[in-house]
Amino acid sequence: MITERAEALHHTAGRESGKRVAATPIATLPLQLTINGEERALQVEPWTTLLDLLREKLDLTGSKKGCDHGQCGACTVLIDGKRINSCLKLAVTLDGAEITTIEGLGQPGNLHQLQAAFIEHDAFQCGYCTPGQICSAQGLINEGHAHSRAEVREQMSGNLCRCGAYTNIADAVIEVLDRRANGEKQE
Amino acid sequence: MIRFDYSRPSGVNEAVQAGAGAQVAYLAGGTNLVDLMKENVARPLHVVDINRLPLDAIEEMDGGGLRLGALVTNADTAYDERVQRRYPLLSSAILAGASPQLRNAATNGGNLNQRTRCYYFYDVDTPCNKRNPGEGCGAIGGVNRIHAILGTSDHCIATHPSDMCVALAALNADIHVTGPAGERVIPIGEYHRLPGDEPWRDNTLKTGELVTAIDLPAEDFASHYTYLKLRDRLSYAFALVSVAVAMRIEDGAITEARVALGGVAHKPWRSPSAEELLVGEAPGDAIFATVAGAILEGAQGQGDNDFKIDLARRAIVRALHQAANGTPQSQTDKRIA
Repeated sequence: MITERAEALHHTAGRESGKRVAATPIATLPLQLTINGEERALQVEPWTTLLDLLREKLDLTGSKKGCDHGQCGACTVLIDGKRINSCLKLAVTLDGAEITTIEGLGQPGNLHQLQAAFIEHDAFQCGYCTPGQICSAQGLINEGHAHSRAEVREQMSGNLCRCGAYTNIADAVIEVLDRRANGEKQE
Repeated sequence: MIRFDYSRPSGVNEAVQAGAGAQVAYLAGGTNLVDLMKENVARPLHVVDINRLPLDAIEEMDGGGLRLGALVTNADTAYDERVQRRYPLLSSAILAGASPQLRNAATNGGNLNQRTRCYYFYDVDTPCNKRNPGEGCGAIGGVNRIHAILGTSDHCIATHPSDMCVALAALNADIHVTGPAGERVIPIGEYHRLPGDEPWRDNTLKTGELVTAIDLPAEDFASHYTYLKLRDRLSYAFALVSVAVAMRIEDGAITEARVALGGVAHKPWRSPSAEELLVGEAPGDAIFATVAGAILEGAQGQGDNDFKIDLARRAIVRALHQAANGTPQSQTDKRIA
């Protein structure tokens, strides 16, 4: 069992007293993660979200902070193959997990099927929601519960696109789903 | 985000010990608690990460029921083959809520314990008796389109936001908890509570108690059921009104019917005396309208949400037809059959 004192800064020792605890060095906790295939030994403050860890500490800024409240899906990443909102996940709770971000799905010159399909179908305008959309679509494929266009739309509903590219996003996801169903595999 | 101490126990007893102090919060999927900590609404001094506890299995019970571990995710519960086949009402209700990402993280225990989405509860610059006892209620006389029409008090008109719990209410689930005083079982109908003059208490858990499992009794409602959810957009929105129906029909007559409402009260709303009116009756508009009226007896709007009374009345009638006809509401094709 891990127990760490991490009292610091802003914490009030109790609402009633209204007193602030004197600032003390912030205790960090060890965290072992595999991020895009690379093992990382990290130290994090317990209140650091996975999204902040990725963006602020590891310079993996592909995952976007849209709302920071689990309402927009721009921060979607895969944990052990399952899509989640990284803004609502405390990094410290994930010790031992395998994280895949958009940077791990494909790179310039070596695009993931979904990335290529999003370009092909003009499935974005400003692009801010796109990394989350693509990670979410990969999660949808991994889950295997979507087989029709209506199911794709419903199961992509956790990703908002304020440019309104939904129709083309659904087209791109369906194309990749169909290609997978027809036995074509990503290498 | 607030600062807090963190511990990660590996066993239930260890967790309950860690959870015994004041201002301690158990953290599971985090989809609600982490957000509330960001909003400065939840301010635990100590967060107990329970994700490593051995509560992540769905198990058969003696007598044919199913035990859902508190840490099984909402997604894994909804797509479990046994749940889909034997408790499709629960599966349907879970899939009507949130988004795939949230359902992959959110757990069954966490779903039970999620807090209201009342805007005043979330906005620390407004008064809220649930957040700050005695401060007043901003929603009463304020913007209250999403608020309760049944079981409100002068102190709080918030609703419970869960879809899953509405189905659990119709299925008469039992909630297993462990706390400093040992284990006990709370029937779902007694788990959540009405606000009364203690609106800060969402449920009847005692300090330090931890949900460990949800038991689904062995009952056959797989043929006649529905979860009908009405909201401002078709997906990824909380219910304005939702209706869970579990029904049994023999020789054209209803032998048992349970109707639970979401989005209308501080807890999933059931009216056993109204449900009783259905027993022995053949499905039909007249009896369904009578039952809807009986369930909604005493319903009162708050201004912006007056529409919910009629909406709930029509939703109950429609949901009873869907269940009786064996045509449950699809959670993909949202057209209402």
